[in-house]
Amino acid sequence: MSFLPPAMPGPSSLEELAAEAAESSEGALRRRYVARRLLRSPTFMVGGGILLFWVFMALFSTHVTKFGPLDIDPYHTLKGLSRLHWFGTDENGRDVLSRTLAGARSVLVVAPLATLFCLALGGMIGLIAGYYRGYADEIIMRFVDVLLSLPVIVAAIVVVSALGASTAVVILVIGVLFTPPVARTIRAAVVAEREKEYVAAARLRGERTWFIMLAEILPNVTSPIIVEGTVRLGYAVFTAATLSFLGFGIQPPSPDWGLTISQERAVIQVAWWAVLFPALALASLVVGANLLADALRRVLSE
Amino acid sequence: MLRLVVRRLLFIVPTLFLVSLLIFVMEEVVPGDVGRTILGPYAPADRVAALDHQLGTDKPLPERYASWLGGFVTLHWGESPILQQQVFPVTMQRLWNSAQLAALALVIIIPLSIVLGIVAALRRDGILDRVITVTSLSLTVVPEFVSGVVLLVVFAVILKLFPVTAAAPPGSGPLTRIHYLILPAIPLMFVELGYIARMARAGMIEALDTAYVRTATLKGLPRRRVVLNHALRNAMVPTVAVIGTQIGWLVGGLVVVETLFNYPGIGKLMADSATFKDVRVLEATVLVVAAIYMLSNLTADVIVALLNPRVRHER
Repeated sequence: MSFLPPAMPGPSSLEELAAEAAESSEGALRRRYVARRLLRSPTFMVGGGILLFWVFMALFSTHVTKFGPLDIDPYHTLKGLSRLHWFGTDENGRDVLSRTLAGARSVLVVAPLATLFCLALGGMIGLIAGYYRGYADEIIMRFVDVLLSLPVIVAAIVVVSALGASTAVVILVIGVLFTPPVARTIRAAVVAEREKEYVAAARLRGERTWFIMLAEILPNVTSPIIVEGTVRLGYAVFTAATLSFLGFGIQPPSPDWGLTISQERAVIQVAWWAVLFPALALASLVVGANLLADALRRVLSE
Repeated sequence: MLRLVVRRLLFIVPTLFLVSLLIFVMEEVVPGDVGRTILGPYAPADRVAALDHQLGTDKPLPERYASWLGGFVTLHWGESPILQQQVFPVTMQRLWNSAQLAALALVIIIPLSIVLGIVAALRRDGILDRVITVTSLSLTVVPEFVSGVVLLVVFAVILKLFPVTAAAPPGSGPLTRIHYLILPAIPLMFVELGYIARMARAGMIEALDTAYVRTATLKGLPRRRVVLNHALRNAMVPTVAVIGTQIGWLVGGLVVVETLFNYPGIGKLMADSATFKDVRVLEATVLVVAAIYMLSNLTADVIVALLNPRVRHER
């Protein structure tokens, strides 16, 4: 999506300069407009607030809580909610509140890194496939079809079980599995963009292909990239948590939410608090990320 | 149309072959000895080697893949060294269990979410629309095991209305079995709800904006008939497409829900076989799931084509 009229090759250098100046100030205007619209959107503020809260907790929760997320207390296992342990204790006597707040860390490492990975790889593939069309496009898109022939969770389980579960593997697997949809979106945007005059102008100027792709087209497809990125972030949290829950993600004794829920599931009938609070925390993070994505999509697609 | 179906079917076979090869290679390349897994860490090395030889896991990879593939194609799926059972009947039994769970979820959620989507479209931008859209979207993005755990805590542990597992005791009647399946089916429904309702809403809004709906209204037809007879048919095209693709999501959801509720379905079988590196069962479950996934996508495309004459006559 381009918000600006494509820059025409001017007859004189002076006119070109003026056009460039106008363009840049218009870009700044547009950015300010988008920022104002976002700040007025309740969806954006609520989603952003939730996300900020969890980022803060991921960084500083251990300084806020009374107990460490890994501190074991064999004399106070499976205790209910009390003034000392607001959210109770789990089967190892660990404080559920501390673990719930600290549990944000692993997800907020895995999900954003996986998202960045799929944006970089998918953006590159989308740029190349969309710009060159023809054979390269055909081959890349067939490959994408094969990757999409398995449900994401199923493919992730197979690969993680083969490579062994670790944070790096989970990031890589989610990043690779999310690449096809990103590549498709970016490709569609690039296909529409490459027919515009400014691309033809750059080509006639004799610019190199990589310059046209990175310096001319890429800045004009940032909106779909940002929207796709926030949407993928929500899915990445979803997938990372699900993999942890199934035992193919973060490993114990991490206070990771998915992992905690799968481990405390066995004692759900005597200590429901040990699973309920991590579940609510995870739900709030996923919903927050998706509210943010929804608000960005609305404002940026105007 | 026929050509489209044949071409897509021809795409499915090599894809399944590729998937099976990838699984086989990946599970073999990584350290992890089948004999060692079965006998445990303290078994003497010669007994492990003997068991490996007996199971044929010491032969070279291409030879093992070829013999496995030959058996798989002729439905001789072999025996699982971990379950100590024939793979084919176990997979089919588990698939049948999963199908029951999925069917219960779909039978309830498809009509419900379509109705909700249409109601939201008719009250477009009103409060009801907002409530339906935001609620269904939020329920959709929450992982199945999260909503499942919340439901378990509230309805099974605190209110004690439902059992905490999904598998009814053997020999129980259909009503008891459904009672056990209701709680696990709800997280699956939540995930479907948002997508189907959103598509139904978008399709209905688009259909209500068309000239033929305006004509029908101006002709003096009652609103009910305009909506149900004129708009609905066309509004359903994108909805059907999304339901088809959602069958695939449902499979991923089944893995999670069956693990959470301890239900003996194909999803739990797959997760367990991946954990224990039970390659034959893993291959069987993943290939069955992939085939179902791709066939349901194809079916959705065919139904969309049949509903839309423009696509139907396309070459």
